[in-house]
Amino acid sequence: MDLNVIDDSTPVASEDGCSSGSCGTTDDQMSHLPDNIKEKVQNHPCYSEEAHHYFARMHVAVAPACNIQCHYCNRKYDCSNESRPGVVSELLTPDQAVMKTKAVAANIPQMTVLGIAGPGDPLANPERTFETFRQLSEQAPDIKLCVSTNGLALPASVDELSKHNIDHVTITINTVDPEIGAQIYPWIYWNNRRIHGVKGAKILIEQQQKGLEMLTERGILVKVNSVMIPGVNDKHLEEVSRIVKSKGAFLHNVMPLISEPEHGTFYGVMGQRGPSPEELQNLQDACAGDMNMMRHCRQCRADAVGLLGEDRGDEFTIEKIEEMDIDYGKAMKVRAAVHAGIEEELAEKEVKKAKLVSSMDSAAQPLKEYRPMLMAVATSGQGLINQHFGHATEFLVYEASTKGIRFISHRKVDQYCIGNDTCGEKESALAGSIRALEGCEVVLCSKIGFEPWGLLEDAGIQPNGEYAMEPIDDSVQAVYQEMIANGTLDADEIKLDAVSA
Amino acid sequence: MSLEIVDSCVSCWACIDVCPSDAIFKADTQFKIDAKKCTECEGDYANTQCASICPIEETICDSEGVPINPLGSLTGIPPEKMNEIMLEIQSR
Ligand code: SF4
Ligand code: SF4
Repeated sequence: MDLNVIDDSTPVASEDGCSSGSCGTTDDQMSHLPDNIKEKVQNHPCYSEEAHHYFARMHVAVAPACNIQCHYCNRKYDCSNESRPGVVSELLTPDQAVMKTKAVAANIPQMTVLGIAGPGDPLANPERTFETFRQLSEQAPDIKLCVSTNGLALPASVDELSKHNIDHVTITINTVDPEIGAQIYPWIYWNNRRIHGVKGAKILIEQQQKGLEMLTERGILVKVNSVMIPGVNDKHLEEVSRIVKSKGAFLHNVMPLISEPEHGTFYGVMGQRGPSPEELQNLQDACAGDMNMMRHCRQCRADAVGLLGEDRGDEFTIEKIEEMDIDYGKAMKVRAAVHAGIEEELAEKEVKKAKLVSSMDSAAQPLKEYRPMLMAVATSGQGLINQHFGHATEFLVYEASTKGIRFISHRKVDQYCIGNDTCGEKESALAGSIRALEGCEVVLCSKIGFEPWGLLEDAGIQPNGEYAMEPIDDSVQAVYQEMIANGTLDADEIKLDAVSA
Repeated sequence: MSLEIVDSCVSCWACIDVCPSDAIFKADTQFKIDAKKCTECEGDYANTQCASICPIEETICDSEGVPINPLGSLTGIPPEKMNEIMLEIQSR
């Protein structure tokens, strides 16, 4: 039996349009978008699942101030042990940010996108944000720029934004209902006043929706992020997904609430839970029926630097950058060559994938249905299984089924704290890894130690090092086929029958 | 006539940009108000701007030392209702 590869974000070239494998790919999910936007998305390092193994993005922290309060945010952001999303440690001036971006771009040619996401709201810091964008558009035109916002100041910023080399804007929209909004945002700062509760949430929602419409009218890509908060907006996000799609957002990304008392956030302190991996995946699947979902979004630390889950930020501190002598003109040439090489490799992969799909089309449907299962992969990029289990700071989770292979999500090992001596209770990294793998039945890695092997097996997760340095898609497919062949999935069926009988 | 920032300030930078009198500055461990420059926003705004954006309760105080944003005013939860609401949130 041949399994084809389904990819949520990279369209598969298929002659006869909708084959069983390519149905539901980006092509269909983005059919509502104008052609120029579709094209932008398809070649984009941030939105193509394939490309994100090769390209990197970075953020600079130039925007400290914020104009609203979210219950999942703690505005005290100088804890050096923090690695929650949106939490950054080194605040930069626009000049420093430009210097850092050029230094990273020269040293990591795969870095193609520069974002400003905080630590506050970039548009509540218009001078610092736009000065950074203006200088980069001039001095490093080969870097795409992006910005994330809560949306409150968005309508007022659209004209200024459209002047720069802005590639896309991310708006965090957690609700379109002011009553729900009041449970997430206790107040906003608007027209020089603090406005509380439902009234404030209503203004915020209006500004978000207006900003979304204004950007899409001007042809600027808009991605929408939502934080899934169980019992607050979880049932409501499907509707949000429908609405933002109808207004032209090209992507909707549902992220889990990450909430622990030690974060000092309102939700953390009050004991609001985040969703389980299963709840998150169910919601993502429900929303994906409506529109394209970005599953490869990593809730990375906002100032993380490097490829897939690696953070080379320590190499680019302000002191170190000041000593570097960057010739950006020269760097741009190297970068162009590296990018061309990567694009060539990606194009080859596309061709291979298209062949797989067409061979699948001609093959008969599998006689028997087997249940889908989740597999985790340790990788440091290039689309290969090339990381030691013990070194993985995150895993990529894939779903294998008789319909093909589907990328599901990133699972970070330490979502908030690395637990060193200065930071209270220490949980072993291994326990953290095993917890991150909840729901997965197999973990593929290049190597793994004896102790973790045993503990993983005890947790019902089969470690597998046989596919070291092999391509991820092919390996996941091969393991799934092995499991079918050796009857692992049959056994389950019998068990299920017994239960239902 | 001046407001004051006490040491519960978390240095979030929100107040500094909205002050019409350029009275706020970043000190070593927190932000502070220069009492000579602060006008309490009189003539510029109906509400004191720093106290309208500061996210931390009991951090900005009036000239008598009374917090402009007392406990419970920003979360919207009066202290006596805290336990009840916490239980409700934990049952989600
Ligand atoms: S009260 Fe007004 S003038 Fe005084 S520090 Fe606050 S914002 Fe500035
Ligand atoms: S807004 Fe409040 S917490 Fe933030 S820097 Fe000013 S005084 Fe400190």
